[in-house]
Amino acid sequence: MRIKSTLENYVFVLPAVTIFMIFYVIPFIWVFQLGLFEWDGILPTKTFVGLGNFKEILFDKIWWQSMGNAGYITLIALTLQNVVAFLLAWACDREIRAKNFYRVIFFIPPVLSEVVVGLVWQWILDGNYGLLNHWLGAIGLPQLTRNWLSDPQTALTAVAVVHCWKGFGWGFLIFLAGLQTIPRELYEAARVDGANAWQAFRKITVPLMIPVAVLVGILTILGTMQAFVLIIAMTGGGPAYHTQVPVLRILASMRGSSRFGYACAQGISFGVILMAISFIQYRFSKKYKG
Amino acid sequence: MSWLFAKRFTVLLFLVICAFFLTVFLTGCQPSKKSDVNSISVWHWMTDRDAAFQELAKRYEAKTGVKVTFELYAPSDAYSQKVRAAAQGDNLPDIFGILGEKRDFSSFIKAGYILDLTPYMEESLGAWKNSFFAKALAVNEFIEGNSYGVKAGIYGAPIDIMTIQMLYNKKLFKELGLNPKKPPQTFAELLEMGQKIKQAKMQGLVSGWGEVWMVDCFASNYAFNIMGKDKVLATIKGEVAYTDPDWIKVLGLFKQMQESGVLANGLVTMINKTAEQLFANDKAVFAFNGSWCVNVYKGMNPDLDYAGMLPPKASEQNPMAIWGGAGSSFMVNGRSKNKEEAVKFLQWLTDRDQQAYLAEITNNLPANKNCLNKIPDILASFAKAMDNATHPNVWGVSEFSPVIEAFDKGIQSIIIGEKTPEQVAAEVQKIKERELAKKRSR
Repeated sequence: MRIKSTLENYVFVLPAVTIFMIFYVIPFIWVFQLGLFEWDGILPTKTFVGLGNFKEILFDKIWWQSMGNAGYITLIALTLQNVVAFLLAWACDREIRAKNFYRVIFFIPPVLSEVVVGLVWQWILDGNYGLLNHWLGAIGLPQLTRNWLSDPQTALTAVAVVHCWKGFGWGFLIFLAGLQTIPRELYEAARVDGANAWQAFRKITVPLMIPVAVLVGILTILGTMQAFVLIIAMTGGGPAYHTQVPVLRILASMRGSSRFGYACAQGISFGVILMAISFIQYRFSKKYKG
Repeated sequence: MSWLFAKRFTVLLFLVICAFFLTVFLTGCQPSKKSDVNSISVWHWMTDRDAAFQELAKRYEAKTGVKVTFELYAPSDAYSQKVRAAAQGDNLPDIFGILGEKRDFSSFIKAGYILDLTPYMEESLGAWKNSFFAKALAVNEFIEGNSYGVKAGIYGAPIDIMTIQMLYNKKLFKELGLNPKKPPQTFAELLEMGQKIKQAKMQGLVSGWGEVWMVDCFASNYAFNIMGKDKVLATIKGEVAYTDPDWIKVLGLFKQMQESGVLANGLVTMINKTAEQLFANDKAVFAFNGSWCVNVYKGMNPDLDYAGMLPPKASEQNPMAIWGGAGSSFMVNGRSKNKEEAVKFLQWLTDRDQQAYLAEITNNLPANKNCLNKIPDILASFAKAMDNATHPNVWGVSEFSPVIEAFDKGIQSIIIGEKTPEQVAAEVQKIKERELAKKRSR
């Protein structure tokens, strides 16, 4: 009877395991296997190079520069994007007029197509006929006008800010859901005890929102490190290598250089780095809960 | 009892779901059904030509009874990936095109995916072969002893030709006080005009230099002009270093253009579509674009007053070369059951009447040299530039992709004032040596 019950349990999880194996585990193994070969993606023959592709990644300066660029965008997203998302969620959680309208408005950027957003912002930030430069000129700040996307000093930051604009709605939504789970009685009790709004925020809202912040942080890191559509639409990774990110480098290896083996090795390395970051954050959140 | 029945039913349901997913997976892995003998499938990426292709397919079916299905996959990047993936799954259509370098083309041939068209080209005293511009055909040809290790032959039929050259806006020339009948002939004259453009606060040269291949094209034009074809090819073979003074001179031209004001703002991240919009709307004095632009400009601004010109010479020692040759080509699937029918269709498609129709509808230069008399003046100027045309696909040697990338990105760095031509040359040479060493060790 017990064996039968165990078998039944396995049968119940079988569909999920099958799907996971077919769409995640097997492709991962194939990609890793391809990473051990030099292959142009067309010829039936592949040349075994062992860990040569992985070794090459270690000395690929452009790859590490692209990792640095993605790290920079992630840092801005973790701070600017999430702070804005939290503050807006906090504002919408209070009794303000038309809060449902704001909730819808703030969630519009995430549902827009990344290509469309990229092209619209490219137009806004255009150095010749862009709206931003036009406005800067109109308000008497023509000295600030520049080629935002072609200037190496501003290109990456401009891309990062647009990425934050596009992505803050997700954080907003999760923070808002988190804020709504905090029992209102805690605030009432605090008020009875004489706590002001700032003290209530610091002593009730912030501690109870830390697990949510960790979750938003993990999602932000994973989402931002893998961002590339917006960047292709805005700068194509230029000028020079100033807005290159890892996924663009993987694409360049596959499409530009026809080095599928190397691209697979890059993909695996990048995946391992992302998993490591997620694991660290997971441990951090567990430690916090403990 | 009913509890037991429900439990068994649930188990059965899960097994059915498992079987369903497995069936879906296995069906997905199975190669798709090949086309019938009386139908030919063609894959392409040419959005602007799709309507014309569909019309020609109807005409062909009416004439022969053979149904031709044109399937459009755009943009070109997505098309390219689809063709590669289809090759791996042995699902390629009867006719398709290849986008990419000649190295990729050769891999498709070596894998047996492309039919050698030479016997068909040579039939009837080479009637089919002789109908094409020689330079258009050369792009699809592998000569004896080529460095790719491919058997000599012609492996594709060009359906149109293109040249990439400079264009200038006559209206803006007049506003600058320049003679619209006298575009700059020398690089010094171009730089002089750059000063005027800067003073008038206009935009100079626009092009898709954010998509790096166009900057590569412009640079190689000047490399041919400054050092000649032999030295350029010797560099690719690794016999001449990129740190050679001639290469530094080529790279230095971009610095000079930037300093003089010839280059438009934001050129380094500009995509060609943006460049086309700026030029078509009288917002840029010069453009560097391919012959396909005639159709694009016509759509954007039918009143645009412009003319074509070769990039102004930087040296008198060698002629100016521009990229040109086959614009788009079709290949026949070497493993197709319908290859004979597919060849017949390609022969029909590249025949005079069909080529004239395509040229008329799409404003592209026809690959068939017998129908040039029907094209507009501006297109004729592009056709005339074929005399100066060359193309990496006919050089017989290919540069390593990382070297091309470093060279093109290096030019962007020069334009944004981040690096000097000498620094870029040294970096490119370092990558070249690394790639040569890797090649030797294989």
